[in-house]
Amino acid sequence: MNWGSLDNFLAMGGYGLYVWGSYGVTLLCIVAELWGLSRRARRALTGERA
Amino acid sequence: MTTKGYTLEAHADGRGNPMFRFAAPQAFFPLAGKMIPWFAALAALFAAAGLYVSFFAAPTDFQQGESYRVIFIHVPAAWMSMFLYVVMAVWAALGLILNTRLSGMMASAIAPTGAMFTFVALWTGALWGKPTWGTWWVWDARLTSELILLFLYLGFIALTTAIDDPRRADRAGAVLAIVGVINVPIIYFSVKWWNTLHQGASVSLSKAPSMAATMLAGMLLMALAAWMYSFVAALWRVRSIIVERERNALWVRERGTAS
Repeated sequence: MNWGSLDNFLAMGGYGLYVWGSYGVTLLCIVAELWGLSRRARRALTGERA
Repeated sequence: MTTKGYTLEAHADGRGNPMFRFAAPQAFFPLAGKMIPWFAALAALFAAAGLYVSFFAAPTDFQQGESYRVIFIHVPAAWMSMFLYVVMAVWAALGLILNTRLSGMMASAIAPTGAMFTFVALWTGALWGKPTWGTWWVWDARLTSELILLFLYLGFIALTTAIDDPRRADRAGAVLAIVGVINVPIIYFSVKWWNTLHQGASVSLSKAPSMAATMLAGMLLMALAAWMYSFVAALWRVRSIIVERERNALWVRERGTAS
């Protein structure tokens, strides 16, 4: 698949909102979960009550 | 003493059945810590390869244009949402049957990640449904049963966190998880049993794939990435749960703040 330009890539053939909305929110969920996991691990190891 | 606690301590020393050696939270804690970086590296590798195939190798779909690229997130997330529920229910059942402490901890460690993938499957489904079906949501059998899966995960989390005694929380959660497992085949077969708007299975063992090989490869790579990520999340969470629950046990206190 050759997109030609970054604009074409971002436009996703007119479906940019749906495609990037899917990938973006998924990334957000993963980042949020990893952030929560590291916070919980820090709290557990320092003996702080959650 | 011939209690269960005593036998588990014996296993933790490496004596007894090696299968049960790591059933002791004390033995599993460092093992999980050692495994996390490997699964994280595999997750990153599979995600990089999967994203490359999803956006640069896979061709444009002749019917759906570029909107179909949601599939590379949607299908792996939906697979993981069902798979993780079954794994969670198996751990919960093992906890009820064998009364091992680690089992309930594993079930609790898996639930939030399962809920996350269920939400992602529903969210990406809505964003894919709008351009292809013309609607964000329909009360179709597949969509409704997947929504029930999200409620089962959230119900499990709410129930287990509402009960103060961890062992009682595990048992109550286990009953919910085991009863709820009936929903998984309902989700899976919903597209066969009912005449749904949702399409049939994308990948089946009994017939040749109905999609281009590169599309299938992208989906499988992303599924492997999601699988490896789930290991990272569940193992990381279970380490925190172990420390939270066994805070007063000697081995945790002696360990101090070291990893």
